[in-house]
Amino acid sequence: MASSIRVRSTSNGDITEVQALIQHPMDTGLVKDSKGEVIPAHFIQQLKFECNGKDVFVADWGTAVSKDPYVKFSFKGAKKGDDLKISWTDNKGGSDTTTAKIA
Amino acid sequence: MTTTTGPHPTRRLILQGAAGVALLGLGNLPFGAAPARAAANDKYPEEAFKLKNEADAIKALYGKTVEPSDKVKLDAPEIAENGGVVPISVTTTLDKVTSISFFVAENPNALAASYRIPDGTLPAVANRLKMAKTTNVTAIVEADGKLYSATKEVKVTVGGCGG
Amino acid sequence: MKARSALLLGSLSATLVAFALTSPRVIAADKVDPVADAKAFQNFYFQKFPDVKHEDFVNGPYSMNEDMKRQWQEKEEFPPYEFALDAGKEMFATPFKNGKTYADCFPNGGIGIRQNYPYFDTKEGKVVTLELALNRCREANGEAPYSYVKDEMASLTAYMAFTSRGKPMDIKIPDDPRALAAFENGKRYFYTRRGQMNFSCASCHVQSPGERIRAEILAPALGILNAMPIYRSEWSGMGTTSRRFVTCNSQTRAVPLEPQADEYRDVEYFLSYVANGLPISGPGARP
Ligand code: HEC
Repeated sequence: MASSIRVRSTSNGDITEVQALIQHPMDTGLVKDSKGEVIPAHFIQQLKFECNGKDVFVADWGTAVSKDPYVKFSFKGAKKGDDLKISWTDNKGGSDTTTAKIA
Repeated sequence: MTTTTGPHPTRRLILQGAAGVALLGLGNLPFGAAPARAAANDKYPEEAFKLKNEADAIKALYGKTVEPSDKVKLDAPEIAENGGVVPISVTTTLDKVTSISFFVAENPNALAASYRIPDGTLPAVANRLKMAKTTNVTAIVEADGKLYSATKEVKVTVGGCGG
Repeated sequence: MKARSALLLGSLSATLVAFALTSPRVIAADKVDPVADAKAFQNFYFQKFPDVKHEDFVNGPYSMNEDMKRQWQEKEEFPPYEFALDAGKEMFATPFKNGKTYADCFPNGGIGIRQNYPYFDTKEGKVVTLELALNRCREANGEAPYSYVKDEMASLTAYMAFTSRGKPMDIKIPDDPRALAAFENGKRYFYTRRGQMNFSCASCHVQSPGERIRAEILAPALGILNAMPIYRSEWSGMGTTSRRFVTCNSQTRAVPLEPQADEYRDVEYFLSYVANGLPISGPGARP
């Protein structure tokens, strides 16, 4: 299975810019399907980025984050080739993890 | 399913008790006395996400008052091309930023996203949010234990919650 | 400008009726002359929108509105079609059960050829679109065809378009009366009014690009297929050229045709030909 997580992390001197896109329905629990039945809420609650053993960014999300969520941030202290670990968990107990090399 | 009794019932009781205390605590929290967002541990702020009203959600998340600041730069489109995917970003010149949160006032639940900004991470975030209709969007930056905000109206003609 | 942006369907159609009385067509229809047609078509847009760079017309509604263009540029930083593109690349490389691949069915192994589709097949005497060629490739290799409107088909064409990005659209009309007839038929379909609201494709995409119709900004017809397939937030997913045609027909309460019906193939041929020289920008992201 292909990972649900796409990451681009590029180091530019001391600053590493990170962009991530995650494949997830982010269902609000307020929308009905074509048969008129409510699609239960299904959304990522927490998304974490770790580098060199330390959290560099933690996102807490509700249902108002768009489908296939996107986030962008930057941090200091990493260099090219370092590992960036990304992991998420959702409200139904689903999760995924991946590791990307900083380019 | 197992039928053993063992420690399970007790454990559940204890958990329930703890949750009850936590809820009570939230409700009774005087302004200013709550732990700052950053000081809170890793826990997902479930309650804050469930509240409808923006003021209540801010209170549950931070327990503090907010002041508008021109040092918080909120970037949002004037008219969202689609309420399901509205690009929103914030940057700030404030120091010692520990968290950034986004609230969409007219959504069924106002709190949309809350980001922890550890030491060494720049105080800037871009993300994409859903908006049910034309609404104010507020970004709150927590810096040196205080809260600063910026608000912008986003017009929505195609809503993001109707699918 | 502000007042016009509130334009609703009703008032738009009134404007269009008035417009139709004065200048009904961009293209004179006396005789079939695709070269002259394409020139007139392009000049119409270049003159109507002198500030839009020629290569920007391929970006649909985003070529017409700055606020929307910024939202698009933000989306393009990590575009929503990324997952479809990855899936398409993988599918394209995966052999069929018989060991053959898509590459075996196409010139240049299928890479960098999107700008030549649709083409007129002189053996068959008909227009062949990329989607049609992909399904024929599958069937020739013992695989079931895909739906023409989304999912796998959109992923495959997304990948093929991506390998052609920036290449100028290059549609040929061979020296064959049937090819000219197909072009002419596509043009006729494009300018013919139909449906309960009595709109032609041109009513919206020639006479009103940049106008708001309900919440949407209308794309110019010039280069309107260069970004296909597209991820539409409104669809929460990808769609092919056929899906868009069907949607446009339905929105004006006209009866949509079957995807890949002859008329749709011909209108695709016409719209692609008049966009010759403009870059392929697919896959695209749209509201
Ligand atoms: C009532 C107005 C209307 C009519 C008539 C209409 N369309 Fe559209 N069309 C739209 C709208 C609205 C969109 C979505 C916004 C946009 O991209 O223009 C659209 C989008 C498109 C797109 C995708 C453009 C892009 O860049 O994403 C294509 C291709 C298209 N139409 C082709 C056609 C064809 C072919 C016809 C005639 C069969 C047609 N349209 C008739 C309103 C119309």
